[in-house]
Amino acid sequence: MSIKITNGNATDEVAPQFSAERMVEVQRIINQYPEGKHKSALMRILHMAEEDFGGWLSVPTMNYVAGILNIQPIEVYEVATFYTMFNIEKPGKVVLEVCRTGPCMLVGSDNIIDHLKLQLGVEVGGTSADGMFTLKTAECLGACGYGPMLQCGKHYHEHLTTEKVDALLDAFRKEHSTSSNN
Amino acid sequence: MGRKLLLEHVNVPGIETYEVYRKNGGYRSVEKALKTMSPQNVVEEVQASGLRGRGGAGFPTGMKWSFLAKPEGVPRYLLCNADESEPGTFKDRYLMEKIPHLLVEGMITSSYALGCNQAYIYIRGEYMWVLEIVEKAIAEAYANGWLGKNILGSGYDLDLSIAPGGGAYICGEETALIESLEGKRGNPRIKPPFPAVKGLWGCPTVVNNVETIAAVVPIVNDGGAEYAKIGIGKSTGTKLISACGNLVKPGVYELDLGVSVEEFIYSDEWCGGIANGKKLKACVPGGSSVPILPANLVCKTAEGTDRLMTYESLAEGGFASGSMLGSGGFIVFDEDQCIVRNTWNFARFYAHESCGQCSPCREGTGWMEKVLHRLEYGHGNLRDIDLLAEINKKIEGNTICPLGDAAAWPVAAAIRHFREEFEWHVTNPDEAQKRNFGIASAHVPLV
Ligand SMILES: Cc1cc2nc3c(=O)[nH]c(=O)nc-3n(C[C@H](O)[C@H](O)[C@H](O)COP(=O)(O)O)c2cc1C
Ligand code: SF4
Ligand code: FES
Repeated sequence: MSIKITNGNATDEVAPQFSAERMVEVQRIINQYPEGKHKSALMRILHMAEEDFGGWLSVPTMNYVAGILNIQPIEVYEVATFYTMFNIEKPGKVVLEVCRTGPCMLVGSDNIIDHLKLQLGVEVGGTSADGMFTLKTAECLGACGYGPMLQCGKHYHEHLTTEKVDALLDAFRKEHSTSSNN
Repeated sequence: MGRKLLLEHVNVPGIETYEVYRKNGGYRSVEKALKTMSPQNVVEEVQASGLRGRGGAGFPTGMKWSFLAKPEGVPRYLLCNADESEPGTFKDRYLMEKIPHLLVEGMITSSYALGCNQAYIYIRGEYMWVLEIVEKAIAEAYANGWLGKNILGSGYDLDLSIAPGGGAYICGEETALIESLEGKRGNPRIKPPFPAVKGLWGCPTVVNNVETIAAVVPIVNDGGAEYAKIGIGKSTGTKLISACGNLVKPGVYELDLGVSVEEFIYSDEWCGGIANGKKLKACVPGGSSVPILPANLVCKTAEGTDRLMTYESLAEGGFASGSMLGSGGFIVFDEDQCIVRNTWNFARFYAHESCGQCSPCREGTGWMEKVLHRLEYGHGNLRDIDLLAEINKKIEGNTICPLGDAAAWPVAAAIRHFREEFEWHVTNPDEAQKRNFGIASAHVPLV
């Protein structure tokens, strides 16, 4: 075991906190690396932090993770800003990332992106007025034979058509109107 | 030609679970290696097999393994490159999703050969659900005694785990991968020192692609000589090809190296021809980093001989009229596709993915993207075409890692083979601007 877990030393106002269960998971990941090499666990923990703390990495969240790993906050910021998957601004509840790279373009990703822009009333990078959807584009997601496609959280939605996109948006709206109104 | 070494059991229900995988002959290579072979024997079998790295560069795996430094008292590491971000490539995902235990088995056998007691799989962060599948397979392998201490009573110990990236193509480059696995930004390192001497945490390290590691399993089971019988010349064994673009049946196929390109594209056993009854216009046979081939050079070489799915045949003609097998990302374009648009799209990809350390790559990829954008949208002039060639020359060979070359060469190839199409965009600006991709009304105003 390389380091002992503390709950970090984030002093910021909204200090996030992993659940006890998640802390076990965090420790398991840290233990995958030899003594003194626990920084290697950083990316996996950042993914977990995004999942648990609202889909993005706020400064308090990053500081909290730095505290857990006993590294400088700057080491976390450096990583969080280099990798495109990490959101350093708060996105909508549902982030749709449409692949726009060559092979997907050949089979119509431009149509899907345009359709989403019209349906959501946003440009790429924007969040719909109701705060529900953020539209992003992504580079090749390894689904080139099944395009056009988009990623939403851990899920890939492949072989998209505009009808399928509409159905998907409806499903997300339903899911989130029930979950957010309680 | 439907032989399958890696995907033989891919459609067996439940093959992702340990029980079913084991019932179908899984983990035999570990038994054979640990019980009957020395690590050096395993390396020799891999050398005899002629296996070449399946990640893109095609470097002989046995030779790479023999370069691994073995200083006393220093740990060595095996890293599996599951970053798979080369546009057009989706074979590693297929393999990991469908038969995760094959990768785990390959990691154990390969780690034994290299004398590693710790190995990692680095997987792109977007494949988080695939990570979960592989992680489950790893846990099952531990539970059944294939990982951990004293495996099969052989005295050999191995720990294996999987780590995610965060969305950066450059982390597929082996030294960037190592940096990333150390929890840092994915900036490639200057070589030498090579990872075989100084890799993860400064220790000797081998980095191999998912498919390369998986291929070690049949090589150890059946013997390197048997594997080497498949294929042609220095292209031995089977290869996973991920076929995409305008095809009737895009998907992941395992083929014997040596199948003809024509058969691969048109036969019903493979891709089933070009979609919607259209004609073939061009093909990028090995992922976005390799040169594009115009229709007349796809199925035949410039000499008029049949083009085959081998490292050598796809490269025949060199830069002038050849390409590369690369990662096996086989991208097919039908007659309606615009080569300028595609070239711009790929250039934008590289500009986006440049890590920014070297100015020729950081600035050059950005300039190429801008110039190609204006050509594509009818704002370019004829000098722009030569300007691209010039930027190209200033990037290639002047960067820390091969991403710069990977960005430059495809642009050069597209201009070489499709110059008229670039010129058409200049001489017909109105039509070029009107070309309607997507729903034109919603397009962002063009620069
Ligand atoms: C920019 C760049 C991206 C790369 N991406 C990958 C990748 O996603 N997967 C991979 O296996 N190799 C990739 N490579 C090649 C690796 O650097 C390395 O050669 C390979 O993993 C070695 O494994 P192999 O010998 O088994 O092919 C990439 C190389 C470069 C320069
Ligand atoms: S060539 Fe490009 S990607 Fe590679 S190290 Fe230099 S700047 Fe980074
Ligand atoms: S190009 Fe879209 S997933 Fe590969």
